[in-house]
Amino acid sequence: MLNSSKVVGLPLPRIDGPLKVTGRAPYAAEHFAPGMLQGYALCSTIATGRIAEIDTSEAERMPGVVKIYTHENRPKAARRDEKWKDEVAVPGHPLRPLENDRILYDGQPVALVVAESFEAARDAAALIRVRYEAGEPHTDLFREQANSYVPPVLRAKDMAPPSPRGNAEAAFAQAPHQISAEYSIEGEYHNPIELFGTTAIPAEDGSLMIHDKSQGSQNSHDTICKIFGLNPDKVTVRNSFVGGAFGSGLRPKHQLFFAVMAALDLKRPVKVEMSRSEMFYLTWRPSCIQTVSLAADEQGRLQSVMHHALEATSRYEDYQENVVNWSGLAYKCDNVTMSYEIAKLDVSTPGDMRAPGAATGITALEAAMDELAYEVGMDPLELRVINFVHRDQNQDKEITSKALHACYREGAARFGWSERSHEPRSMREGNELIGWGVATGIWEAQMSPAEARVSLSAEGKVVVSAAASDIGTGTYTILGQLAAETLGVALSEVAVEIGDSRLPTTSVEGGSWTAASSGTAVQVAGRMIIATLLKHARKMDNSPFAKATEDQVELSDGRLVLEANHQLGVAVSDIMGEAGLTVIEEHAKVEPDKAIQKKYSAYTHSVVFVEVRVDEELGQVRVTRVVDAVAAGRILNPKTARSQVLGGVVMGIGMALEEEGMVDHRTGRIMNHNIAEYHVPVHADIEDIEVIFVDEDDDKASPIGVKGLGEIGILGVAAAVSNAIFHATGSRIRSFPITIDKILESETMQ
Amino acid sequence: MDLSSQHPPLSTCPVSLTINGQIRNFDLHPWVSLLDLLRGPLELTGTKKGCDHGQCGACTVLVDGERMNSCLKLAVSLDGAEITTIEGLGTPDDMHPMQKAFLEHDAYQCGYCTPGQICSAVALLKEGHAHQRHEIREAMSGNLCRCGAYTNIADAIEEVLGTEAAASVREAAE
Repeated sequence: MLNSSKVVGLPLPRIDGPLKVTGRAPYAAEHFAPGMLQGYALCSTIATGRIAEIDTSEAERMPGVVKIYTHENRPKAARRDEKWKDEVAVPGHPLRPLENDRILYDGQPVALVVAESFEAARDAAALIRVRYEAGEPHTDLFREQANSYVPPVLRAKDMAPPSPRGNAEAAFAQAPHQISAEYSIEGEYHNPIELFGTTAIPAEDGSLMIHDKSQGSQNSHDTICKIFGLNPDKVTVRNSFVGGAFGSGLRPKHQLFFAVMAALDLKRPVKVEMSRSEMFYLTWRPSCIQTVSLAADEQGRLQSVMHHALEATSRYEDYQENVVNWSGLAYKCDNVTMSYEIAKLDVSTPGDMRAPGAATGITALEAAMDELAYEVGMDPLELRVINFVHRDQNQDKEITSKALHACYREGAARFGWSERSHEPRSMREGNELIGWGVATGIWEAQMSPAEARVSLSAEGKVVVSAAASDIGTGTYTILGQLAAETLGVALSEVAVEIGDSRLPTTSVEGGSWTAASSGTAVQVAGRMIIATLLKHARKMDNSPFAKATEDQVELSDGRLVLEANHQLGVAVSDIMGEAGLTVIEEHAKVEPDKAIQKKYSAYTHSVVFVEVRVDEELGQVRVTRVVDAVAAGRILNPKTARSQVLGGVVMGIGMALEEEGMVDHRTGRIMNHNIAEYHVPVHADIEDIEVIFVDEDDDKASPIGVKGLGEIGILGVAAAVSNAIFHATGSRIRSFPITIDKILESETMQ
Repeated sequence: MDLSSQHPPLSTCPVSLTINGQIRNFDLHPWVSLLDLLRGPLELTGTKKGCDHGQCGACTVLVDGERMNSCLKLAVSLDGAEITTIEGLGTPDDMHPMQKAFLEHDAYQCGYCTPGQICSAVALLKEGHAHQRHEIREAMSGNLCRCGAYTNIADAIEEVLGTEAAASVREAAE
């Protein structure tokens, strides 16, 4: 089909880009109102216990301080758990800031200072005297293994590992090749560069405008209205620009509660912006201990897969994620058993972080696959190829599409995998040992219910509205592209309004589902506009559309035309003029097709090839080359899509080599709660990364053929790096991150 | 230790700064950082706060042409200085070449570290030490990007570096 205004699939720059690169895009803590106050939270310095005494008198004498809130004077808020549970809450009792004297984790907020200036609030917070009665902290997952349990209440029904199939124990015992190993991953912290912040601005009419750092304006809106019993119609939450989140903004954070609490109490605008150290007390990717056992026959065909994971959660909530289930569907195997447990620690509740569960579980599975390849004595890529499966064995369903063979083929060719020598420690250049590693990635291709409103004016201007979020993912741009293409206009004619709780209902931006969900809603609304135009056009004198159906027409260059013959058409302005309209607006509501979901599973797939160079004396690892080949259905914008995968790869390199929260288990406190000591990749760490999108047609994963890209980029990366380190050095390091000390202590590097 | 009698006297100091070409006179409390002056009273929120400790580079601005973490500078210590923020480099309709290159190379995602990256990159070119990609990467390592746009940022800087190098060769020839 020839469409002169084709915009979907083009590598267009972001439409929100000019505002971002010139510093004109306002984030949550960058809104102003006359008389605005600043809030600053004080965090606990113990991990468990109670506040025996809190003395704010000295702090209150600081010039500029307006009010200090503690558990002794906090304004009333809801008490019942249900009122505090947000759209993505986990089973348990959500933390209610300043509700009582109990301390459940290091860094729990114990006071909020509100002052006329940021400086006064910050310095006054340092003058609050807190006397604690500290309990004995339990923060070491290894030491709490004996207290592990299967979550009694599931976070979601598909989160439990499927029942075992076949007999994995027996098949393992009988197989000629076996490996079994324990893998541990330290806790990670999201650390978006934007600090969590909220600006709450009350108006005289009793309404409240809130700018919140959030991955879902409506989630923040609904939750804060429940907590304070507010009239939902009088409260607006906006998240027009979100400075990164990676999952940390899915659930509302305490600064939202604080800003609204103080704004309602003091009847003045209040801004609360966190400190970087506070960002380490919010939520985290939980530390995890896993055991993976794999067995194969002489040809490398998997005979048995066993995967057990134990993850940390908090005292007050049972966080859960899908760590092990991936092992039951990644490769063909008839004997599989998987289990998942959690253990309570004196920590804040863990939360979803980029590819939650999968990033952890697939790291262990894909490291184990590499171990099995060396046990069998075959190429690690070949082992994956021969165990390919085109069916979801966990759910016994067909797969909508799986162009993973193309990923293997194209990725290997680009990387030059065929040049690899199999033996560890067999490639070097000067002082550096060179290693090549590979790993597969999988993520669910999900779609959530979504709504969107689209309007088309007689002049050809388009407005797209939905309460979707753009956390750096490119939502503004791809929704604009879909509207532009559907309505046959240039992208510059489309205005995209998102990030506002008043707009059509959209769930939080997470799980890589926004493009598939909101994108479908926009396209459907666009098609509804065309249907309305056709209805009016049919009534016109000598209408060329007398017998045309909706799927035979389209919009092109401001005209409604027959798809088969663009010569036959009528100008949109004429149709609207005749019908007495200046604008046509349609509201679409979409949801996943239940019939398809019953029969099919949908996943994105990838393969990651990594080259590392390890300094033989210093143990320093450089990731010099990465090729990530991705099968993710239709790519709406190759430029922003590529960026998402690049970002995932970078975070995966951090997971492999750098990122770990270091807890002093004697005090239960995080020691490296800053981004000088919690290492994330910097420019110098990131060398050459290549992203390949293989062709993949899929009309079932979502109506627009999109599978989503937010998570897939990180998957497989940490495993591929660890496999490459083994290939370079000959040592298996099964504790992540693989820091220099572990490399230097490994057997082959002594 | 009882500090109750030791609260700092909140006297102010006169400070004159040229911000994005405009001379501005202030009476400032000494505890106000350049970053908080920009992001607070001046509402120049293009300069970002990411750590307040000089660890992330999001607050990078140009002070007398040199890149600086504005969170580490007290505003009163900069009397007479010339400050250029991201807002002073260009506007959506009239972008600086570095801003254009960032847009074209998708050298950002969430956009939060971006103003700091761009200010840092502009100063880096002026410093003249970075000629090759690994030197760009090294010299940009004070600016963290959690979205992981590093390769695209290096592409953008390389492009502008190449254009400037070409321009200076042309100038030399003329």
